[in-house]
Amino acid sequence: MHSIDIQLNNQAHSVPAGSTARDLIATHTSRALGEDGRAVDGSRLGVALAVNGAVLPRGKWASYALCAGDRLDIVTAAQGG
Amino acid sequence: MSTIDHLATDMFDIDGQQFSSRLILGTGGASSLASVEQALQASGTEITTVAIRHFAAAGSGSVYELLRRNNVRPLPNTAGCFTARDAVLTAQLAREALETNWIKLEVIADEHTLLPDPIELFSAAEQLVAEDFTVFAYTNDDPALAKRLEDVGVAAIMPAGSPIGSGLGILNPHNISTIVARSNVPVILDAGVGTASDAALAMELGCSAVLLASAVTRAHNPALMAQGMREAVRAGRAAHLAGRIPRRDVALASSPAEGMMQTLVGEL
Repeated sequence: MHSIDIQLNNQAHSVPAGSTARDLIATHTSRALGEDGRAVDGSRLGVALAVNGAVLPRGKWASYALCAGDRLDIVTAAQGG
Repeated sequence: MSTIDHLATDMFDIDGQQFSSRLILGTGGASSLASVEQALQASGTEITTVAIRHFAAAGSGSVYELLRRNNVRPLPNTAGCFTARDAVLTAQLAREALETNWIKLEVIADEHTLLPDPIELFSAAEQLVAEDFTVFAYTNDDPALAKRLEDVGVAAIMPAGSPIGSGLGILNPHNISTIVARSNVPVILDAGVGTASDAALAMELGCSAVLLASAVTRAHNPALMAQGMREAVRAGRAAHLAGRIPRRDVALASSPAEGMMQTLVGEL
């Protein structure tokens, strides 16, 4: 199957062609996500996505098709002062 | 004897919300999430700072879940940002990830001092206020900059007592007092606290709250230090509200001179 190469959290990563941002985040967080980018189980996901250095709001994850060379950052809360 | 808590109704008001704790705990520097959780519970904190970092797929537990189950409100920070641009992006990501408008704005000048870069800080504060963030501005202990940040619309001024993680306490108490006296928004002492007396001093100087991380997370016994900080913040707050006695150059006896036995009076 055809795949495309992206950068995910500073690492080379490959995804099936036609993948959306929602597919990537669902795989990466092991959570099922709805069209609105929220977890289908109703609990908060606690992550955000930047595509090429700009925030992509969760409501747009399902409609954003990943492009070769995209630089994605999936972030969450971590220990910090 | 039963005790009466005169601070029972003393609330910390920020962004139209009220909190009973005036201690904000950071989670950085802890050896484990279990240690963070024990410290949080001992501190009585209701607000806790977190950093925004890459999501690790096979993570060993989540800070986000920890805060949720302890009913602690996250205050995301922009730690590690050197430019207004990076700080604004981090704040936008934090808002999206944690679903809060609150942001502790940190824009540091260099790795060596970790002191705020005033120019980038001010620029980022302006942009974030315009984007409807509730900005907690980590700043130098500079009364002039604090006033400029307030004028631009930040929700709280957070002057450093001394450099982050240094444990040097409050190096310029006079500046902190000046910032408090001139500020119409809450002043939260941030950075530099080493031990309980530093936190008490911040509150005695009139700060509305204290934010600390390393002093607890890197203490030999974090949970016990967290309890000490909780009590120090309350002690300092009570002392501030109570109004301390003026400093005097000479002694002033607290026992009355009247009614003393003559033989003893003769010896004076």
